[in-house]
Amino acid sequence: MFKRKGRGFLQGYRIDFWDVITLISMIFFGLFLIYPVSRLVVNAFQTKGAIGEISIGNFIKFFSKPYYRNAVLNSVKVTFFATMLTIFIGVTLAYITTNFKIKAVKVINVLIIISMFSPPFIGAYSWILMLGRAGVITVFFQNVFGITLPTIYGFNGILLVFTLNLFPYIYMYTKGALKKVDKSLGEAAESLGDHGIKKVIKVSLPLITPTILAGAAIVFLRAFADYGTPRLIGEGYIVMPVLVYNEWLSETGSNAFFASAVAFIMMIIAVVVFLLQMHFSRKNYNMSMLNPPEPKKLKGIGNILAHVFVYFVTTLSILPTIYITIISFKNYKGSIMIDGYSLTNYVLVWAKAKSSIVNTFKFGITAIIVIVLLGTMFAYVTVRKRNPFSRSLDACVQLPYVIPGTIYGLMLLISYNSGLIVLTGTATIIIIAYIIRRMPYTVRSSASILRQINPNIEEASLSLGYSSLPTFFKVTMPVMIPGIVSGAILSWITVIQELSSTLMLYTGKTSTMSTAIFQEVNRSSYGTASALATILKIVMISSLLLFFKLTGNADVDM
Amino acid sequence: MAVAIHINHVKKQYDDNVVIHDLSTDIKPGELFTLLGPSGCGKTTLLRMIAGFISIEAGTILFDEKVINDVPVHKRNIGMVFQSYAIFPNMTVYRNVEYGLKNKKLSKEEIKKRMEEILRIVQLTEYKDRYPNQLSGGQQQRVALARAFVVQPQVLLMDEPLSNLDAKLRLEMRAVISGIQKKLGITTVYVTHDQEEALAMSDRIAVMNNGDIYQCDVPERIYSRPYNTFVANFIGSSSMIDGVVTSSNDVTGIRLATGMEIVMQNVVPLEIGRKVIVSIRPEEFVIVPEGKGKKGVVKLKQFLGRNIKYEIQFEDGTEIEVCSDTNSTERIYESGEDIYITVNTKRINVFDSESKRTLIEGVQSNV
Repeated sequence: MFKRKGRGFLQGYRIDFWDVITLISMIFFGLFLIYPVSRLVVNAFQTKGAIGEISIGNFIKFFSKPYYRNAVLNSVKVTFFATMLTIFIGVTLAYITTNFKIKAVKVINVLIIISMFSPPFIGAYSWILMLGRAGVITVFFQNVFGITLPTIYGFNGILLVFTLNLFPYIYMYTKGALKKVDKSLGEAAESLGDHGIKKVIKVSLPLITPTILAGAAIVFLRAFADYGTPRLIGEGYIVMPVLVYNEWLSETGSNAFFASAVAFIMMIIAVVVFLLQMHFSRKNYNMSMLNPPEPKKLKGIGNILAHVFVYFVTTLSILPTIYITIISFKNYKGSIMIDGYSLTNYVLVWAKAKSSIVNTFKFGITAIIVIVLLGTMFAYVTVRKRNPFSRSLDACVQLPYVIPGTIYGLMLLISYNSGLIVLTGTATIIIIAYIIRRMPYTVRSSASILRQINPNIEEASLSLGYSSLPTFFKVTMPVMIPGIVSGAILSWITVIQELSSTLMLYTGKTSTMSTAIFQEVNRSSYGTASALATILKIVMISSLLLFFKLTGNADVDM
Repeated sequence: MAVAIHINHVKKQYDDNVVIHDLSTDIKPGELFTLLGPSGCGKTTLLRMIAGFISIEAGTILFDEKVINDVPVHKRNIGMVFQSYAIFPNMTVYRNVEYGLKNKKLSKEEIKKRMEEILRIVQLTEYKDRYPNQLSGGQQQRVALARAFVVQPQVLLMDEPLSNLDAKLRLEMRAVISGIQKKLGITTVYVTHDQEEALAMSDRIAVMNNGDIYQCDVPERIYSRPYNTFVANFIGSSSMIDGVVTSSNDVTGIRLATGMEIVMQNVVPLEIGRKVIVSIRPEEFVIVPEGKGKKGVVKLKQFLGRNIKYEIQFEDGTEIEVCSDTNSTERIYESGEDIYITVNTKRINVFDSESKRTLIEGVQSNV
């Protein structure tokens, strides 16, 4: 609280608990976000040969070689098509399930959410096992029909995995928005002579466009940033995150400066997409929910088509999970699948990768505790204390959304490799990456519940003799609990599967389940990889079920 | 026990926007003092400055002799009741009310005694284990009152506490609030925009507009002798008619725009030709037999039971509102009929048309 502004700065100023929190947040984001970002930018404008001199040599090198230019093109191309496909599938699915009666729609919903929270690289790996060169389906078609299926590697495979993994975002967002389109609006349109598809295009679509755009931006940024999928299934199809990783860990000698420059270009593209989205979804319609739409029963061929579409898409999206689970019980000899089922893979995992399971929980729980504590307090500052500091804090919380994991890993490495604070190779650096990258979920859900809490209840507590610290812990935080818990579970689910930044930061001692799976796949130890992936999925799905139970419905409010 | 509140030349501004320029007033120990005014007049701002939720840019606020400008909210020993009730949704009725007590180093017996007493006073004893979402609006407001009263604050601050309740409950809660307030004798600042509520409950009223207090007095004086045209308009409804002074001897003659001639005995000396505004409430007009008053035409008649309300237009176009007591009325006029009107000059108010201030002798703003 600023007191007595007119009588000179800081005179009569009382330091409040929230000023301390604001200060902590500034130091925290300064150290682990602002400083790493600026280190990366500074690096990008220096070359290996002339350290300390500003140069655009990296960029000249980048744009003069087709190999590098193609990576940008590849990235943008596959991301763009994936975004378009997810919009088509997600919006259609959301429209069908909100307006028409579909059998077992709740199960469909849960399955879609599960596939949304499944790490894409596991999906990629599963598709390789099904449709790859030696994949079961490929082999089946070859042997039985003599048909050679189109290759899954490269552009096609990346597009398939991205689409199936990311359409749920569009689906969830659109469904949320469609539920808010008042039924009477559609009725009004009908009374004015607009029927069927015309009604949808003229009334519903414009109302939900800002929401679809927001979802599309998330899909774009995720697909653009994903390292695991293109690395596993892309083969020669090089995209930018793979390029950054390769340049950093190049066999011909690591080039931090050039990798930084590539990362810098990636960030610029991500920021542009983010800003475009902000610009176009400015118009957010405030819709009343007096008459939410009710699903109607479709008849005849329409009903059959709707069901076929919904079930087909859902099956495709959940198929990788099911297949991985099945083969995790298969017997393997090296990387060759042999007959019979057993728990051999799980026994092997326990012997080989126990520490990675322990690490996942250790890092994850530590990160979640910090995320919840700091995240709720940061949310409080951004919502309740409107000043320049809180606005820049808000920006800091949002920034990690647009920084790809590989890039963030790289930033931390170049910032804390040497000097005053050395963190490279420690568990701390991985936990910091988790905190920074996954805190936005908790901050957002806490902030949104905080906006619904009348500040008067805090003032009432102050007036009854409690200062701001006990007021927060006795009144505000207990009321925020539902929002905090649901945000924390979402953060947790994404933390335990984090791959892209962990791959940059881990060492043998700090390997996690996701990096272990990735390494096992690379070593063609498919049995142990699938067993580990199944364990990870079980943890993820049980967390998700807990989330559903706590929030009381089978929906994730994005 | 009860404290006086002294407000000396306080100022409130947000960036360049000055909300309160220079406001002073004194609130007596134990009284129920109402800040009354339209929305945006600064009444809630002033209340929140007294509470300590917002800063004071200049001037001082004192509780008795103690300047409280820099005392944080939680050390001011106040009780606050909000328009939104602001009861803690995660606590039962009992825990809500007990919340403030637990912070005061009191014995368990003392807490129990006070809790029993206050729950009985607000009639919530049987609801003490319920959560707020199981209570009606009126019950929630009782919880808020009990929570504020039970800590026996030096000062009680109420921000439109009744405006979220329905009309019937509002009347009931008025009585509850003034009852407890009088019984405990806590100095109370009450904010409202509802003039009827202010008149009914207050010991004194400060009528506010544009961040200033226009008049501060007991309810009867505020109602019968408004200091300026704003107060006259805001409290009840009045017909404002332009007039000009036509004679000035022992008494003052005024000709109204409607053509009526009135004679005032209680105005300050005025020169002939001075322009004035005469404010007349509906019940201050008198309906007289044909030929004894000014002729008008009934535009609209509304029979309200105890009263009959007429909208009447004079030949010059001026429209007035007249209210007549059903019991003492000779006959009921229908719209379109001619009607003859005079004025009860002892009750009406006269204002200067330039300064808009009262010209009635002896009326003070007390600001």
